[in-house]
Order: sequence, then C-alpha cells, then structure tokens
Amino acid sequence: MKKSFWPLLNTLKSRTTVPWCRSHFTYYPDKSPKEVISTGNVTEKMNMVQAINNAMDLVLAKDPTAILFGEDVGFGGVFRCSVNLRDKYGKDRVFNTPLTEQGIAGFAIGVANVGSTAIAEIQFADYIFPAFDQIVNEAAKYRYRSGGLFDCGSLTFRAPCGAVGHGALYHSQSPEAYFAHTPGLKIVVPRGPVKAKGLLLACIRDPNPCIVFEPKTLYRAAVEEVPTDDYVSELGKADILRKGKDVTLIGWGTQVHVLLEVAEIAKKEHQIDCEVIDLVSIMPWDRDTVYNSVKKTGRVIVAHEAPLTQGFGAELAASIQEKCFLHLEAPVKRVAGWDTPFPHVFETFYLPDKYRCLAAIKDLVNY
Amino acid sequence: MSLIRQTLKHFARINGILAKRLLSLDNANVQNRYNNSTSTDDPSQFPGAKAPFVSNLKLIEHTDYDAIPIYRVMDSDGYISDDSQDPQLSKEVVQKMFNDMVQLNTMDKILYESQRQGRISFYMTNFGEEASHIGSAAALEMRDLIYGQYREAGVLVWRGFRIDQFIDQCYGNCDDDGRGKQMPVHYGSKELNFVTISSPLSTQMPQAVGAAYAMKLRPNNDACVVCYFGEGAASEGDAHAAFNFAATLQCPVIMFCRNNGFAISTPSHEQYKGDGIAARAHGYGMATIRVDGTDVFAVYNAMKLARKYVLRENKPVVFEAMAYRVGHHSTSDDSTAYRSADEIEVWNSKEHPLSKLKSYMVRKGWFNENDEKEFVKDVRKKVLKQINVSEKKLKPNWKEMFEGVYSEIPAHLKEQMKELESHINTHRNHYPVKNFQE
Ligand SMILES: Cc1ncc(C[n+]2csc(CCOP(=O)(O)OP(=O)(O)O)c2C)c(N)n1
Ligand SMILES: [Mg+2]
Repeated sequence: MKKSFWPLLNTLKSRTTVPWCRSHFTYYPDKSPKEVISTGNVTEKMNMVQAINNAMDLVLAKDPTAILFGEDVGFGGVFRCSVNLRDKYGKDRVFNTPLTEQGIAGFAIGVANVGSTAIAEIQFADYIFPAFDQIVNEAAKYRYRSGGLFDCGSLTFRAPCGAVGHGALYHSQSPEAYFAHTPGLKIVVPRGPVKAKGLLLACIRDPNPCIVFEPKTLYRAAVEEVPTDDYVSELGKADILRKGKDVTLIGWGTQVHVLLEVAEIAKKEHQIDCEVIDLVSIMPWDRDTVYNSVKKTGRVIVAHEAPLTQGFGAELAASIQEKCFLHLEAPVKRVAGWDTPFPHVFETFYLPDKYRCLAAIKDLVNY
Repeated sequence: MSLIRQTLKHFARINGILAKRLLSLDNANVQNRYNNSTSTDDPSQFPGAKAPFVSNLKLIEHTDYDAIPIYRVMDSDGYISDDSQDPQLSKEVVQKMFNDMVQLNTMDKILYESQRQGRISFYMTNFGEEASHIGSAAALEMRDLIYGQYREAGVLVWRGFRIDQFIDQCYGNCDDDGRGKQMPVHYGSKELNFVTISSPLSTQMPQAVGAAYAMKLRPNNDACVVCYFGEGAASEGDAHAAFNFAATLQCPVIMFCRNNGFAISTPSHEQYKGDGIAARAHGYGMATIRVDGTDVFAVYNAMKLARKYVLRENKPVVFEAMAYRVGHHSTSDDSTAYRSADEIEVWNSKEHPLSKLKSYMVRKGWFNENDEKEFVKDVRKKVLKQINVSEKKLKPNWKEMFEGVYSEIPAHLKEQMKELESHINTHRNHYPVKNFQE
C-alpha cells in the first residue's frame, strides 16, 4: 500500500475517457437570500458541509438535550458534516451507532418520545430503506395513533442524496417521493449552504419528524456567505429564484442549478423568459407560490432526478392541472430520471440535464 | 374449545405425575428440594426453553463465559506448532494459494492507484484479508454458491475470475458482465457460482440462507452456500433475520464473517459489546467457529470442517475470521483520520497473511525469491496492460440502460428509450455517444 504505482501507471497513455468527471450542473450561489437580509447577521464563507456543521454546533450548544448520531458520525461522518463536534460536546452526545439504519431510526424515535432532540444521520439516502418501517409506520404516525398522547416531533433525519457522477444504483438515489407519500413527515431539500443551515435548524425545531435530503454533490461545490448566528428557513415555503413571464421551471436540490442555467440559455438564445422556482419543501409544498406562477406563465416544467413515474413531479402536475387548468397554455411537462435504476456508466444519459430541460421548454412554447 | 380441553387434560396429567412424585418422597427430601440453590435435574415444561430450575437469584453476565478461542495453525513466523493440524497440502496447492494472494495484492495496489489517477471511479482493496479469501475458497467446491459483500475479490481469484474480467468490470465497459450498471468491485459470475455484489449491506445474508434452504430440498444435494459479510454488516437487522432463519430452517449455509476490526471508521468495540460475531451463533442455536483470518491454513482447515458439517447435518455454521483491514475502507476514505500508522504497520508486516505463508514456504524449501519477483512483475505487467485495453473499450450501448429492469422492456420504457434516442440525435455533440457502442 505504501509503495506508489504512480510511476508505473504514468507509463500508460493518457486517459481516453473519464465520463464520471463530468459535472452535469453549474452551481449558482444565492445572490441575496432572504435569510441573510432578515437576520442582519454577520456572514462567513461556508460550503454546505460547513453550514450544516455550523447548524448542528448551534443546536448542541443551545439545547442540552440534543444528541447527534449515526454511522461514522463520531469522527466527523463520511462527508465530514459532524467534524469536531464529538470533541466539542463529548461522546455521550455525538457518537457512532452500530451499523443499522432501522436501529438508528427507532432509537431516534425513542429519544424524541421523551422530549430530547435527536439529529440522526443516515449515511446515504440510498440506505434509508432498512429504516422505512420505523420512519413510515412509526415516526410519521406516532401522534395520530396515540391521540396526541405521544409524539416524536423533536427528531430530524439527515440523509445525503442525489447524483454525483459515479454513484451508480446505491449512491445516487433521490427517494423524497416515497416519504412524501406518507402523511406525518416533513421533507425538505436544500439547494446550497444558506438553505441547508436554515432548513436544518427549522426541522430540528419543528414539532414534527422531518427528513432533510442533502444533495451530496453540493457539499463542497456549493459555497455561499452564510449567517453565523441562528436563523431558520421557513418550512413549506418555495423560493422564486428568477422572475419570468413565459415558462415556470420547478425543481429542488441540485436540479435548481440546472434550471437556473437553462433559464439563462433560454433567455439568451431563444428570448424565452423563464421563472425558476426552488420548491425547497417537498412536504408540505408551497401551493400559493406554484399556482401563482403557473397562472402567470401558463406553462410549467417540473424537473427532478428521481424516476418519472410516481416522482414528486407527478403530484405537482396533477395538482397544477386541477387548480390552474384554465390558465394552462400547454400540458404540464415533467423532465425526470428515466424509469430505471440509477445506472453507473450511463449517468449522463439518465439525468434530466440542461439539454433535456431546454428541449422541453422549446416544446412547451411551441405547443 | 377442543384445544383448551386438551390443554387442561395435559395439565391434569402433569399435575398427577407431580403429585405422585411428591407423595413418594419423604419429608426430608422435599425439604431438600426447596432449599437447594443449585440446579435441579427437573427440566421446565415451558414451550420456549428447556432448562433446569434454580433458586439462586443471579444475573448471568456475558463475561461469565470464556471468549471463543481463535483457532490457528501457523504462528506469526509461519511455524506450525501442532503437526496434527498441518493440512499437508501439496507444494502445487500451497503455491497456488500464495500466488493468488500475491495476485490479489498486486492487482489491488495498481487499481487503487488507478482510481487515484481518475481512471476508474472507485476501488476497494483487500489488504490484510487475503488469507481468509483464499483459505476459504480453497476448501470449497466450485458447485458451492457464494454470496459476497464486496471485499472478497480473492474468492473470485481462486475460482478463476480473470484479470480482464476484474478490470472490465471496474471500467464498466462493453465486456463487463455486469453491463456497466454498477460501481467498480461489484463483481459477479454465473459461471463461477458467485452472486453479483450489491452495495446495500447485509441484504445478501437472508438471501444466502434462502438459497441454501432451496438447495437442501433438491434430491442428493451436495452443495452448500457461503455468505461473506463484515462485522459491521452483522449489526443490520438482515443479519439477525439471516441467523434466525438459518437456524430454524436448518440450512446448509456457512455465514462467514470477516471481522477486520473496522466498519469504515467505526472500530469493532463500538459495533458490538459481546464476544464478536462467533458468540452470537449459540444464541440462535447454531454451531460456531472462530479462526485466525491471517492464517491461510487455519481458514482452510476450519472451512473444510464447516463444509462437511453443514452438508452432513443440514445445519448452518457461523464462521468468524479475525483479521485487520490494512487498507483504507475505500478510495473515498482516509483512515489516518481515525487510526494510527503504527497500528497499521504491524498488520502490514509481521502479521500480514502473505508474510506468514511465505515463512512457511521458506521453511519447506518451497520458496524461490526470484520466482516470486518474476511472478509479481508478470502480474503487474498484465494488470497495467489490461488497464490500457479496458480503458479503450467502448461502454455498452446506452440503450442498455433500459434493459434488465424487467425481463422484457415494457411499453412505457420503450417509449422513454425512443424519446431519449430522438433527443440524442438532435443533440449528438452534447453526449459522449462516441464512447458507447452503437
Ligand atoms: C445498508 C447500508 N448502510 C450503510 C452502508 C455504507 N457502508 C458501506 S461499507 C460500510 C462499512 C461496512 O463495514 P464491515 O461490514 O465491517 O465491512 P468491511 O468494510 O470492514 O469489509 C458502510 C457503513 C451500506 N453500504 N449499506
Ligand atoms: Mg469490517
């Protein structure tokens, strides 16, 4: 292991193909997020990992009942989101769990049952499924089935999700729709550091079990000026990131950045004026912002990485046609991952990239 | 109704027996029975446990039991202290064991570096665990079915998976049997009876048990199933399900735990508090064995024994091979963040499985320094050449993305495929189509 094979390998000809190095989006930092303006806070340059770390640091400092745990969380987590927190708050409050997601979820529910704050990390969203029963049948239904006697509202799950270029089937999935199908859970997806911190803090304080799906490709790629103090990003609120009159583009997480670039190209090359909405909150979702925009533009595209069938775009499309039918100039269009597992070497063909989104915009305008 | 009546009858009968027995005892004896604080020979009638009654109140701690011993044949210097345990393998077999371990080790070093250069997207090495792969694989028959976790490439080497097959899979090119669908190291081979690796941990464990059960029901079954998993993976719920199914349904399966001390950064002492994985077997009613996983002969002997047992008895065995993960968890991990270089060094030198086997061979007069050098050089050359070849190969046709989701491509997927095709045709310059088969 010590001995380097670099020299040997260097004798090989240069690479012919490195498809996994291609990033399918350009990151657009928030110009003036309402979180920064409203708090009047001192800001600091942070990437998404640092912003999440900062949020958890604040909670652990302020809330003596708060505990933070998951697989490999102790040494900082495989994505380094909890780095230094064990040293700062001790291993009783920041710790590794045995390797079992159903255990992590059930344990988190118990912690919350007695009123303590649980911040549980699921190492990859793709590995949340062993915990599905605990989350869907227990966490989501605790208050309802006990007539309000018991709940687990003080628990929050964090799970890295989404495409990274080379994650294949089990390091790429976006499972938000499975959980949105379950009444009782709140689900959010940040698009960058400011939002990641504000949403995490909001989820931790919200009296309902919440899941934050963090697009892991943004962890280091996304850098913004983030307020260093406490603030929350309101749950259930979408953000209009670009105003436009011709087509409404709706996305969340990484896809927001794809859509922002597409809107730019559509304007520059086709004089099409797109309005870009980051849905931010999958459940509950911001009906007012979406309907108002669609009523204005009459055309809408929903784009997400998760497969088309039963993706959350299906819910949006159905609701939009119901509420905005007479305003629509064209059918609601979904651009999504195909109805296949997430494949390794075909990722570039799988994703709802800017070319597919732009083509959809042109289709809608020419409908 | 009839069930209740039957149960009542049963109780009456037992009461009768008890009453008769009590009556036949003299008073002193009865007194004795009730004062006795040691176990009696009177077993309980509870359906859930057959055990004697005692009257001394006491918690039984796990430390009341001795740790399960570690079977080994060779010491660190490759010396066999108990000759009766020498498997007496021929020079050819031992040489193959050594060469396969060296090939695995060499291939790992180069492929690890190739990921560092951005040639492949990911890699996982097997450093320090070579003996548990080769020793176990050598004791099996090719008809035995293997379910792996991901760090068992040596089993494939032993079974004859070729260098080009390993490297084509890592590139996910058109000659990858997995058709470019999965990340590197997710090998599989129908021919070699090795079920394709899946990333979600422990999912293979109950599957292996199911396979073993179905195989047991076949007439004249003479094959078992071996399921490899890490000591970290053993914490998943699926591991519990697998153990309990294997025991209750009496399946000819060897549950092979590679206990390498770590699950990514989590040390085994944070993973479990009991006596490793081997000790769990008894809780489920299974036979168990723990071996030195850096000693290829110990693994070999124990695996031979386990195989014989599971096929003769139609019962499972839990097999725990103790070793140390010498490499980083994967190319995404830097283990210096959670363990010391000194600790690693011990396991990478004196305690390394290759060094033990080498010492044994030297003592036997079977080791030739020059031959080994030539062999390593040869493997290196082959691997490097193959990287060059595999890298140039095209990826499978992108349409294969839609294949294998179902046994046949359903209408909605055909439609999606068509949609993508026409999109690509109008945007050819934006997609790397030239790297994919037409
Ligand atoms: C269900 C699930 N959870 C988490 C992971 C992420 N993960 C991959 S390997 C690993 C550690 C496994 O450790 P161990 O079983 O001891 O095997 P080793 O790597 O030591 O060979 C983890 C947590 C996963 N692949 N699947
Ligand atoms: Mg391990």
